[in-house]
Amino acid sequence: MRTLKEIPCGQTVTVKKLSGEGPVKRRIMDMGITRGTEVFVRKVAPLGDPVEVSVRGYELSLRKADAEMIMVE
Amino acid sequence: MALKIALAGNPNCGKTTLFNGLTGSNQFVGNWPGVTVEKKEGRLKGRKDVTVIDLPGIYSLSPYTLEEVVARNYLLRERPDVIINIIDGTNLERNLYLSTQLLELGIPVVMAVNMADILEKNGDQIHIGKLEEKLGCRVAEISALKGTGIQKAAELAIAAAGGKKPPVVHTFGAEAEYALKEAEGRIGSLVPEEQKRFYAVKLLERDDKIGEQLQQQLEVEDLISGLEKALEDDVESILTNERYVYISSIIKECCTKGKRQAVSVSDQIDKIVTNRILALPIFAVVMGLVYYISVTTIGGWGTNWVNDGVFGEGWHLFGIEGIFVPGIPVLAEAGLQAIGCAEWLQGLVLDGIIGGVGAVLGFVPQMLVLFMFLAFLEACGYMARVAFIMDRIFRKFGLSGKSFIPMLIGTGCGVPGIMASRTIENDRDRKMTIMTTTFIPCGAKLPIIALIAGAFFHNSWWVAFSAFFVGIAAVICSGILLKKTRMFAGDPAPFVMELPAYHMPTLGNVLRSMWERGYSFIKKAGTIILLSAIVLWFLQGFGWVDGAFGMLEEEQLDHSILAAIGNVIAPIFAPLGWGDWKMAVAAVTGLIAKENVVTTFGILFGFGEVAEDGAEIWSILSASMTSVAAYSFLVFNLLCAPCFAAMGAIKREMNNAKWFWFAVGYQTILAYLASLCIYQLGSLFTTGAFGVGTAAAVLIAAMFFYLLVRPRREYGSRAVNVRGMAK
Repeated sequence: MRTLKEIPCGQTVTVKKLSGEGPVKRRIMDMGITRGTEVFVRKVAPLGDPVEVSVRGYELSLRKADAEMIMVE
Repeated sequence: MALKIALAGNPNCGKTTLFNGLTGSNQFVGNWPGVTVEKKEGRLKGRKDVTVIDLPGIYSLSPYTLEEVVARNYLLRERPDVIINIIDGTNLERNLYLSTQLLELGIPVVMAVNMADILEKNGDQIHIGKLEEKLGCRVAEISALKGTGIQKAAELAIAAAGGKKPPVVHTFGAEAEYALKEAEGRIGSLVPEEQKRFYAVKLLERDDKIGEQLQQQLEVEDLISGLEKALEDDVESILTNERYVYISSIIKECCTKGKRQAVSVSDQIDKIVTNRILALPIFAVVMGLVYYISVTTIGGWGTNWVNDGVFGEGWHLFGIEGIFVPGIPVLAEAGLQAIGCAEWLQGLVLDGIIGGVGAVLGFVPQMLVLFMFLAFLEACGYMARVAFIMDRIFRKFGLSGKSFIPMLIGTGCGVPGIMASRTIENDRDRKMTIMTTTFIPCGAKLPIIALIAGAFFHNSWWVAFSAFFVGIAAVICSGILLKKTRMFAGDPAPFVMELPAYHMPTLGNVLRSMWERGYSFIKKAGTIILLSAIVLWFLQGFGWVDGAFGMLEEEQLDHSILAAIGNVIAPIFAPLGWGDWKMAVAAVTGLIAKENVVTTFGILFGFGEVAEDGAEIWSILSASMTSVAAYSFLVFNLLCAPCFAAMGAIKREMNNAKWFWFAVGYQTILAYLASLCIYQLGSLFTTGAFGVGTAAAVLIAAMFFYLLVRPRREYGSRAVNVRGMAK
């Protein structure tokens, strides 16, 4: 299984599982990235981090370190 | 009957616009007690007995962000009569997530589905009747921007207020419901009946803050582990998942999507603005414009006009030669002389009070222009992209990508720079930015740099260059150092941020935000600036001449109370190489405004008025200390506590006495230690002198590097400290 961090721009993936715990994980879930959600990786910031994704019809930015917590397929 | 309506919703959903629409100009803006989160309250238009409270924009009722804790503490403790939950109709899914949590609080809820006009344009349809049925509460379609449906939402809210608690329509899966029922049973009569469900959910989520609020410790770990085992997931994930699954089912039934535009305008804008190649140049241009207009041109002109015109000699009306309007001090002086006012009273009114008020108001034009830009950038959606673009650089120093703007503005003036930190939503990033912004040399510090460069270093280019370098280094090192301290330690702030769609803000909202921030500066920072200006005027203007206490002439500054104080504190600065009382006094007068350091030197060395860079006193100054000492003096003045105006702004933005003193104390101590090292080590290299001071400097420098590179200690989770608030 891959993490969201490894997904190149322009691909759509489905969330399988979230690893880790605590505020960051809770925040990611609160923002709508939960099991089964489709996530489209839109772009990477000019300096290489963070990334911008589309999820549940809106745009979200998250750091690569946090994207690593999201297992996708 | 007095009613309280709480307005809750996600950030960027039009909440502020709705609040303005509901209350008109009838608002009070302040802070939630003890925290930097803004609080707005107002009276409903046409209903004096109805108060509307604008809660901070939140995505959830989790215990992890300050905004969320503030909002839920308010909802639990103050128990508003009704909640209006405003929802962005173009993004129902995420918005309804908060709604499912609000509906558990046992407070009547009315939904206001915003952006009805945009939905119509896209051809989307939301079936209000079905939504009402599904959510178990009344729903109004509104357009906050156009003002349609607002009245109806308010009427529904008033009708719902005080009514019976909303029925729980949303149920979790059987396993979760069982655990919830059990938990509710254990809560018993600890909380009112209607709040039980909310507390039960939070207990299962292992929400410590809710546990603390109950009078006795409740054991629910068995329920949690049972649930987690049954569903093979952790309990937070289970509940969040089920909420979103439930929301998806609602949306399927209540919404029909129209023909969606393939690529929206917002997407097209974003493609260019955050493009990998174009993003940085565009960013530079936007920032350059903001700086150029608010600091260099329009804002700067306005500030000069207030300082030199209205509170100076006078000014030409509309710039026309011939129509000369004298400045307030000129008029006041003439008036006071006409009525034969005592000289000391004249001094108090002219130099103390009018001078102090002028010092406060002088910042206002610049600040209003800047605030207008910030309000525009925030409302149109670009500010979130600023954080997106700059995050990579700034997060290393414990700052936010949005810290760039305060720092940039800080090169012009630290006061609006500090006020610009408002746009940073994370509490810790904001505090760190407030503490470090004034390290950047502002315009008023340039004369000091020019003085030292001219008197000691043959006007070398590297002096000014190094001053900026020292400022930036101080920001970076402070970020790295403070990030590891207990005050800033703890959970890393999640940078999981919505990038809202671009849209054109309304002029009204931009102007209102500009005015609110400007006014809060005048009111909160203004008082401290005025008071300190008066105190320092007194210390400077009074003293003992030939044994008699009285008011002094300007040239007699060396007899003043301030000079006496200077004499006492001067030894403190001896290790920095400038133990002369004149230097100490100059540093103190620098607290009024940094450029005063130069004028004070002029007076103390007997030259009266000097040029801005103090060219007249270069020779005499260079004879009074070594160049290493001079550089140490420069660094101290660059880094130490800023002028009173900036301190007022720090006080206003920290909204907390402890944090204010921590910030100012940290800056001064850092300045002292940096200057000490520069002087002692500099002297060692230039003269070879080695003494106790040198040893201390080596020790401090070693300690500093250790603190800089030591690994970060874990302090466990940082509690969001909101104790004692909302009581």
